[in-house]
Amino acid sequence: MNSPQAKIDIDSYEAGFLLGLYECMVQIREFEEGVKFLFLEGTMPGTIHQCQGQEACAVGVCTALEPTDWITSTFRGHGHALAKGLSVDEMLFELFGAATGCAGGKGGSMHMVNMDKGMIPSIAIVAGGVPVAAGMALAFKMQQTGQVAACFFGDGAIAEGAFHEGVNMAAIWDVPVVFICENNQYGASTHVSKVMRAATIAERLSSYGIDGRRIDGNDVIAVYEAARRAVDDCRAGRGPAFLELMTYRRTGHSRRDACHYQPKPEREQWLENDPIVRLGQALIEAGHATTEELDAVRKHILTSFDDAVERAKAQPQPTLADLTTHVLA
Amino acid sequence: MTTTTTPKKVTIAEALRGAIAEEMERDPRVFCLGEDIAVPGGWGGAFTVTLGLEERFPDRMINTPIAELGFFGVGVGAALMGMRPIVDVQYGDFLFLAMDQIVNNAAKMCYMSGGQCKVPLVMRAPVGATGRGSQHAQNLERYFIGVPGLKVVAVSTAYDARGILKAAVRDDNPVLIFEHKLLYGSKGARAESGAIDASSEIPEEDYVLPLDQAAIRRHGDDVTIVGWLLTAHLAQQAADRLAVDGVQAEVIDARSLSPIDFATICASVEKTGRLVIVEEGPKTGGVGAEIAAGVTERLGDRARASIRRVASADIPVPFTPVLENAYVPDVPRIMAAALDMVKG
Ligand SMILES: Cc1ncc(C[n+]2csc(CCOP(=O)(O)OP(=O)(O)O)c2C)c(N)n1
Ligand SMILES: [Mg+2]
Repeated sequence: MNSPQAKIDIDSYEAGFLLGLYECMVQIREFEEGVKFLFLEGTMPGTIHQCQGQEACAVGVCTALEPTDWITSTFRGHGHALAKGLSVDEMLFELFGAATGCAGGKGGSMHMVNMDKGMIPSIAIVAGGVPVAAGMALAFKMQQTGQVAACFFGDGAIAEGAFHEGVNMAAIWDVPVVFICENNQYGASTHVSKVMRAATIAERLSSYGIDGRRIDGNDVIAVYEAARRAVDDCRAGRGPAFLELMTYRRTGHSRRDACHYQPKPEREQWLENDPIVRLGQALIEAGHATTEELDAVRKHILTSFDDAVERAKAQPQPTLADLTTHVLA
Repeated sequence: MTTTTTPKKVTIAEALRGAIAEEMERDPRVFCLGEDIAVPGGWGGAFTVTLGLEERFPDRMINTPIAELGFFGVGVGAALMGMRPIVDVQYGDFLFLAMDQIVNNAAKMCYMSGGQCKVPLVMRAPVGATGRGSQHAQNLERYFIGVPGLKVVAVSTAYDARGILKAAVRDDNPVLIFEHKLLYGSKGARAESGAIDASSEIPEEDYVLPLDQAAIRRHGDDVTIVGWLLTAHLAQQAADRLAVDGVQAEVIDARSLSPIDFATICASVEKTGRLVIVEEGPKTGGVGAEIAAGVTERLGDRARASIRRVASADIPVPFTPVLENAYVPDVPRIMAAALDMVKG
């Protein structure tokens, strides 16, 4: 799997749907690239963990969810948030610490949230979201709402106690949660092979009685289809489900990390395996779009991002009166 | 301390790195356990403290999975069996994941065995608000000072970092060392904006510092200001500015948080009659409360005026810089508290 040129099979999908996936992935990529620039330039405060290269995971999974379904996310949550429908504005405003940001400036990059769009505050403690997602799904089951929780985490999370405790409870109570491991092969600077003896993460999940599969996480259609099945299973009372999405982080772990721990050949191979390029090629080959049309999609996204940055810079900052609000409900 | 070679100026990160290396050199029982501490081309932990040590000690720099409860427990077990582990979390906030091993095991083994066993475990944790939001920012000192069986220290200069790390390694008890992200002097990609220079000239010779003593950073008769980590530096800045107004503050770096060095603090307060305690972290339930209560108990009305705490609001750490700046105690607030007491 993951051979760089592996073709994406789009035959059974309509152009509109596919272009929607493409646009969403480009939106995430350009959001991250734009934010990276603003951060390095010193315009934007805080720290950042970005998901360039992992767009197909967020988009494939969130496209399989209904607006009424929920996600939990991590410190690397911008892509999940955009894919779940948060707006560029509310996220950028948050990154600029504005009072109008999605968390009123109190959360920042690692805690994106929109309770109207099915996203609880992302959790920056590795694996912290796993038991929480199990609990959300337990609530759906008890309330018989038919909703599903999708829980994003990285390959690093599977070593934490919270991961194992959460996954096990989800399994024994058959709750509707899809666990999604974006296996980008590194937890910070540490390669996954150094923290796990089993060959795959899917294998470990099966010991909890959860069927899991390893999937090409840079093939947005493969991710979407697997997520679709997982979500359907959960909704039909056959949850929980698990997806191991093989992918790669094209940028540093955070801030100005230069990724010296990633071997060059590995890095180069993965850089060629770009989820956006792959879908783009498939779209062109199938005659759904021309190179120019795809460029136009990107250009439009870039222009509206620049506009959003201007708006973000002009947003009101919180005042000292906001310091002590929201500690309690 | 007699110095026979030229002292060199180092940052806290460098001082800790050097001290860890020397202790590992000196004693084969010493080893490190932590996340991202031993990856070639990696970072040397979150703030470069262990950078390059994996080349010198390939077998004793153990890179862990992201499993704080687990590897703190591993540290306890290894310590019980005669090793001298140094374990660290990337951010102090993750001590909550390791809490059970620290509090229920590391700190209690000696007592609940009737003194039969010891846990010579060193734990390191970076704290402080640095633009990262609520879960990478907390000052955890408060949660550990009331844990009997655990020594808690906080290093605010490179000189102290070296002497205290070495003392902690050689101590037979679990020692939790707090460090501040803005004081490390981490370089390159791990440099922090808003960092304060905490570097020191340190001798090359071996030295250890006591784990139970505060340090007087500046002498003065009018008011005592106690801080630690970042606030020890802020207290000194405030004292320098107070001196311009003719107010002489005595600045104490509490340094040892459990036990608290009441002898040093009380002697100062007896002299000045006034105490300002500066703490990064919510005022309620903080280390400052313990210092205030302890001083009051010991001095009664020999403290002329009341005691003031300059601390953070009782809130989680906010992300946005305007609110985060208001959260962390600053020099004007420290000065105001001191002046209020002196003039009031
Ligand atoms: C409990 C905890 N320990 C350590 C960290 C520091 N940290 C942040 S991200 C990270 C690596 C996570 O790796 P992974 O789960 O694979 O996610 P990825 O970064 O690859 O998206 C680490 C160690 C943390 N945030 N929480
Ligand atoms: Mg990873």
